[in-house]
Amino acid sequence: MEKIPAPNDNPPVNDPVDAIAHWRRFAPDLAADKVLFSELVPGGGHWSYVLPRGTTLRMTALDDGANISVVLYSAREKLERYNMPDSLKAQHTAHYTRGHVLMSDMGRALASITADSVGWHDPLGLLLDDQRMLEKYGNRNFQTARNGMYRSGRDGLLIEIGKHGLSKRDLVAPVNFFSKVSVDDEGRFHFVSRHCKAGGHVELRMEMDVLLAFSTAPHPLDPAPAYSPGKVGLAVWRSGSAPKDDYCRSFRPENARAIHNADLLYLV
Amino acid sequence: MTAAAIRIKESTLAPQHAVLDHTLPSGEPYLLEITKGQTLRIVDLEGNQAVDVIFYNRHDPAEHYSATQTLLRQGGIYLTTDSVLYSCDGNPMLTIVADTCGRHDTLGGACAAESNTVRYALQKKFMHNCRDNYLIALQHADIGIGKRDLVPNINFFMNVPVTAEGQLTFADGVSAPDKYVELRAEMDLWMLVSNCPQLNNPCNAYNPTPAQFLLWNPE
Repeated sequence: MEKIPAPNDNPPVNDPVDAIAHWRRFAPDLAADKVLFSELVPGGGHWSYVLPRGTTLRMTALDDGANISVVLYSAREKLERYNMPDSLKAQHTAHYTRGHVLMSDMGRALASITADSVGWHDPLGLLLDDQRMLEKYGNRNFQTARNGMYRSGRDGLLIEIGKHGLSKRDLVAPVNFFSKVSVDDEGRFHFVSRHCKAGGHVELRMEMDVLLAFSTAPHPLDPAPAYSPGKVGLAVWRSGSAPKDDYCRSFRPENARAIHNADLLYLV
Repeated sequence: MTAAAIRIKESTLAPQHAVLDHTLPSGEPYLLEITKGQTLRIVDLEGNQAVDVIFYNRHDPAEHYSATQTLLRQGGIYLTTDSVLYSCDGNPMLTIVADTCGRHDTLGGACAAESNTVRYALQKKFMHNCRDNYLIALQHADIGIGKRDLVPNINFFMNVPVTAEGQLTFADGVSAPDKYVELRAEMDLWMLVSNCPQLNNPCNAYNPTPAQFLLWNPE
């Protein structure tokens, strides 16, 4: 009988933890003694982490036009979650870049954008669901494509928040990092194709203990006819929490108060 | 329907034939059952009042109005005549069938004690706000809807333009006394309302005022 090869090489028994230092490829400027872990995420992938206050997530686009949809919840009290309208109106913004803060519905900074080489990340929360994905790209399931199957952003996020006891009613509007959607005078959306080039990166510093879930499925307005979401590199490193003279605190008075409100959760 | 600037359309429905006529003072919550096929009119009685509204499927409280589904499907951010309000599951919940105001906000959200501390001052936390209204209406009604379901709402009669440079602005209202918006229910609904009590910004022209709700059965 023909021998069926294993789909992947597994690590040798005497070196069984294949925690690869991917970050050395896409974030080599990080200090080796600060990096906690890193991850190479294929397009369409999804995962979730509980990231403590004082850690920073570096996200790096590894292909032109990558997108990563991110939702955040307080890890301590998951009823507290990222709130798009509260964050946008407090900062009078419809895009995110360095200095902006992702705020919860409880008036606290969940995370701050402490570094950004891209300049515009889409906060309008649009998300690819299975129906739109089918209409746009057709069907490509596991039976025919194995792990090259199409995955939607909504289902990816639903799987991740489901691991933490949350259901579809808890799915908040995500931030689409690396994507740009502008709005014209009539209110219409304009998607900027391949806005972020490979190598573009952005950092999120956690101001609270955060449950963060993401999907690297395509932005729903991406007009590319083929389903071809880009890869994203992730690295989490120990940055410490926001100092008194922090750039994000001083970016806007609203941000200073939101980070102050988060500080009050960590009194000792 | 695609996004567009402003589509004005007047209604032919007569108030004397309405099955419900309710005036809601400013700063009050309101929870109303609406049945598929009924038409709801919300009237900005004195002009430039923000009426903060979320809709839920009455038979499945996990299905709520979704700003992002609605915006994605219409390709833009403002609501006006012919806009369809979609649920998180992609089902049509209501259709705007008449609108004499012409533009309604989908991004500004509802004010909260906590967000007031961020936006204005820590000492604002004891002022009345929309999210307290939502919560007290839901606590008393006990219908299986709670804080987790307080998703981004519609602000009827409020004007929150986004600029091409990516700024969110709070512009003078396009509403005026007796402007109204009318919606046909496409499913059985709960309508959760806070008639906004915000005094810290011009969303209510610093003077919150009553709103009127009329409901008609299908002809």
